[in-house]
Amino acid sequence: MASERYSFSLTTFSPSGKLVQLEYALAAVAAGATSVGIVASDGVVIATENKYKSPLYEEHSVHRVEPITDHIGMVYSGLVPDYRPLLKRARKMAQQYFLVYKEPMPVSQLVQQVANVMQEYTQSGGVRPFGVSLLICGWNNGKPYLFQCDPTGAFFAWKATALGKNAQSCKTYMEKRFNLQSNNSVSQSLDDAVVDAMRTLKGGFEGVMTKDNIEVGICTEKGFRRLTPTEIDDHLSNAN
Amino acid sequence: MSIMAYNGGCLVAMRGKNCVAIATDHRFGIQAQTISTDFEKVFQVNPRTFLGLVGLQTDILTVHDRIMFRKKLYEDRENREMTPEPFSAMISNFLYEHRFGPYFIEPVIAGLHPKTLEPFICNMDLIGCPNKPDDFVVAGTCSEQLYGMCETLWKEDLEPAELSEVISQAIVSAFDRDAISGWGATVYIIEKDKITKKQIKTRMD
Repeated sequence: MASERYSFSLTTFSPSGKLVQLEYALAAVAAGATSVGIVASDGVVIATENKYKSPLYEEHSVHRVEPITDHIGMVYSGLVPDYRPLLKRARKMAQQYFLVYKEPMPVSQLVQQVANVMQEYTQSGGVRPFGVSLLICGWNNGKPYLFQCDPTGAFFAWKATALGKNAQSCKTYMEKRFNLQSNNSVSQSLDDAVVDAMRTLKGGFEGVMTKDNIEVGICTEKGFRRLTPTEIDDHLSNAN
Repeated sequence: MSIMAYNGGCLVAMRGKNCVAIATDHRFGIQAQTISTDFEKVFQVNPRTFLGLVGLQTDILTVHDRIMFRKKLYEDRENREMTPEPFSAMISNFLYEHRFGPYFIEPVIAGLHPKTLEPFICNMDLIGCPNKPDDFVVAGTCSEQLYGMCETLWKEDLEPAELSEVISQAIVSAFDRDAISGWGATVYIIEKDKITKKQIKTRMD
């Protein structure tokens, strides 16, 4: 059958040169919950909303901000089920790298490998692209890093960026703050960056932002960790 | 007779003060018959990193090729020089991949970290078990004689000139008591700003 000739892969070029499946994937990302990331001189912060549709949900049980290694962490916008296998792969890659070279995996290397996986899912048969964009933050050779990884397989390094719903207005907000600073960053310090990330999220936040409906991860030279709800609460009072 | 001693040869590496040294003999033989006397077993892999391989000659050449292949891929992928520590870890992994059909070689790695200039020495057995002491490492058919000489001559914080003397005396005296090593030696002294290569004349019998 003639139609079968084009059905070996969902990601086949349309006559105009577009890969519509990838545009749909990016649309899934754009519809997902907002995530932001900001690099400061002494660390990097990633933050996202983690809203629950019902008060009956057990909060702080399923996380969106996840560690990959001691020094790398990740957050996403898009579909949760697509995020989990990528997270698993990323952790495995970082561990494999460490076992071979006895050296922590450079953030840029991890991002490249994750992006490779995402790219394979745009060209292989019988698969669809991932419905997530990732923000991967980390610390290595004395510097903080923030990368974005798209379902297309493209990746970017940022000083600050946002993904998901309201990403554009978040970016505009952060650009404004960036232009007010003179230190080539949106924020003065990591603590400021946490507050700035919360303020950025707040722009498009529906309802009241509390310690229970956002998640924040920070990465410094000491490594990556998720902030506890109590710590988030402390910063929230500054963000208001 | 062990296949590790089929071709003969030996290696030694030592740590000094802000420097390291690595030395090799020149013999390539088939059992007791000497084939050539210009087979150096030490290769420069980076500006300040050297790799020595001793054992079965065919495997020396193969392992050298395969290690360089992996190292060049790493350097192209990461766009940076490979430092001695991950280089050693990579060799260890490579050798253990062949755990049940090993390459019959023992590697010795000597180098300075390109940024910190910290001296580094390491050796392994044929399946890649690493050994990273802070004095000296030996390998080859006269490793026992080398241990004796190194334990006698080596001191802490040797300056490059003294280290050169110590490693030369150690390898020459050691392989003079081994029929299938020797026939000349080469010593490399690795310092932060220069590499000194010294060919030593020895008895040729």
